[in-house]
Amino acid sequence: MSEAPDTMSEVPGTMSKILGTPAPGRIAPLRISAYTACSAVGRGRGATLEALRTRRGGLTPNDFGDQPVATCIGRVAGIETEPLPARFAEWECRNNRLAWLGLTQDRFLDAVAAARARYGAGRVAVVLGTSTSSIGATEEAYRRLQPDGTIAPDLRRPIVHTPHSTGEFVQHALALTGICVTTATACSSSAKAFAQAERLLRLRLADAAVVGGVDTLCGSVLFGFNALELVSPEPCRPFDPARRGINLGEASAFALLERGAGHAETGPWLLGYGESSDAHHMSSPHPEGLGARFALRDALARGGTDAAQIDYINLHGTASQKNDEVEARVIGSLFPARTLAGSTKGWTGHTLGAAGTLEAVITLLALESGLAPGTLNSTALDPACGPQIRLDGMQADLGLALSLSFGFGGSNCVLLFGRQPAA
Amino acid sequence: MTRTAWIEGIALWGSRFPGWELARAVLRGEARAPQAPAPRPLPALLPANERRRAPDSVAIALEVAAKACAAAGRDPRSVNSVFASTHGDLAVTDYMCETLAHTPAQLSPTKFHNSVHNAAAGYWTIATGCKAPYTSLSARAWTFAEGLLEALVQADCDATAVLYVAYDIEACGPLATMAPSRGMLGAGLVLAARRSPRAQALLRWELREQDSPRAPAARHTQLAAGNAMAGCLPLFEALARDASMHPAPERLAYPLGPGLVLALEIGAESREPAPPV
Repeated sequence: MSEAPDTMSEVPGTMSKILGTPAPGRIAPLRISAYTACSAVGRGRGATLEALRTRRGGLTPNDFGDQPVATCIGRVAGIETEPLPARFAEWECRNNRLAWLGLTQDRFLDAVAAARARYGAGRVAVVLGTSTSSIGATEEAYRRLQPDGTIAPDLRRPIVHTPHSTGEFVQHALALTGICVTTATACSSSAKAFAQAERLLRLRLADAAVVGGVDTLCGSVLFGFNALELVSPEPCRPFDPARRGINLGEASAFALLERGAGHAETGPWLLGYGESSDAHHMSSPHPEGLGARFALRDALARGGTDAAQIDYINLHGTASQKNDEVEARVIGSLFPARTLAGSTKGWTGHTLGAAGTLEAVITLLALESGLAPGTLNSTALDPACGPQIRLDGMQADLGLALSLSFGFGGSNCVLLFGRQPAA
Repeated sequence: MTRTAWIEGIALWGSRFPGWELARAVLRGEARAPQAPAPRPLPALLPANERRRAPDSVAIALEVAAKACAAAGRDPRSVNSVFASTHGDLAVTDYMCETLAHTPAQLSPTKFHNSVHNAAAGYWTIATGCKAPYTSLSARAWTFAEGLLEALVQADCDATAVLYVAYDIEACGPLATMAPSRGMLGAGLVLAARRSPRAQALLRWELREQDSPRAPAARHTQLAAGNAMAGCLPLFEALARDASMHPAPERLAYPLGPGLVLALEIGAESREPAPPV
């Protein structure tokens, strides 16, 4: 992307010229009639916002499993002692417990019940993003094999040993019967769930959609990212020149999307999305962030706005060497200095497939509260950062915001949210 | 509301019908399926040193993805893609769980990055240089239909061509009792919202609410028996029909879940538009 300008905002037309393909047309806004999240910083919107405001992070030394990797994690307290209600016994596993914890916050169940009553159980879609779903149950089954090599009777439940475990659980728990799908594109999964849901609503294949992301800590990701030498031994420091890598976290987050017309016209609103592929490397971002630029351009174009109008950006900001450097340059080259950008992974850790919706929820909280949370744990900024990336939290009038998710396998997704139904 | 898509490219690979040409002849009853299973495909897209090391899920997905695009005459870089797999790479998952149970610190970083559900999609976009969006999804018994729906939806929303790739591979280890799947099966379609000279077949589709719908039955179930993606076969049987012998459109209803079906009407490209299904 050497021909990209170094500073200031660009209108989508200019970006299109650089990227070489036309930008998509504008979409109708979708009302977000309910949203909630559970992560290491707390359960529900109130606890999440309070942690962001008081700069209380949720990262602690890794105590997950018998031989913990030397890193910090964003662990949700209490999952072990809160089994699923007996009627969901077949679905019992850590990931579905966390899904249920999330669904039961902020009267989200009531909001879905109202949508179900209004539209019908078959007209409310479920699009759930996850990276590893309930693989933790399969890992446990292998640790506790019977002497004859078979799976222990209590874990002989096929529904928890497949990627759709949590998607199907969420549909079942919400008593819905419509479209239900699990999207698994690693760290962009539950951001892409919003895009997928928007299309279903646009074509009127559903009247409302529950989108969400759920991922729990498990051996696969802790030892996997450790094998890739990407985990930090200390609380992660996004965009800090001395950052040492990522911390893994777990979360569940949900939003209910509906078309705007016909009901109380209160937001916030999903105004746009952009998706792209890096076509570069399985576990390393495109060096000039080309895929990220495509996704940004398309999100802005679908929302009918441009980079100059963006007030807040929740960055991907994993604190890996490469991601933060590439992302900082992309932000620096496209957005005005007044845009407030930061990564909240210092609070929650990288919650992988849940991060897209968790950080969408944080972005919505920012819009509704006026708090741009900044970045936690970092004490300095990488030279690649422009003036947009902030360490400190700030109170401001925030009308338009982006949430960025860039995944393993080169899958990128950018979401555009607004306090008002038009950008 | 009934919507329309055009099928521009078709690919199918199973060990008893390695490739659409043979598969179509077998599904038409014009040829017998070979008794000896074919060796797994070696996707020409991958560099030679990666071809043999690629996980089965990547090998089968890239094979049908490339063949479907070639059949459509579409540059892979120009199409969005939807990848669907019920269980992902079961062999890599078995390796991961086995290693984590005994020697977690020795987990292979390569196996880890091959373990993500979007590994095949990631390799596809890297190998072809495709920067268009992909997705990777799963929906248990409804995976094929939910994936097809997402591909049709993307084609309609973006008025573009979409590559749809559905695959599952053989299960192994203790996991095979919980997530059973036999052999390798891959299906590929290139779908477009607009008719073009590339169009080979017309697909009309709509959603219908229906209680406890049953999956359509394949006439050739034995050819992919036990594979978790075997549910794709009825659609490919319909696509294999000789339109001059069977001019009437074929109708299929794929369950999308406990209360919804994806109703399909498959017709020859040359047929006049039919009344709504």
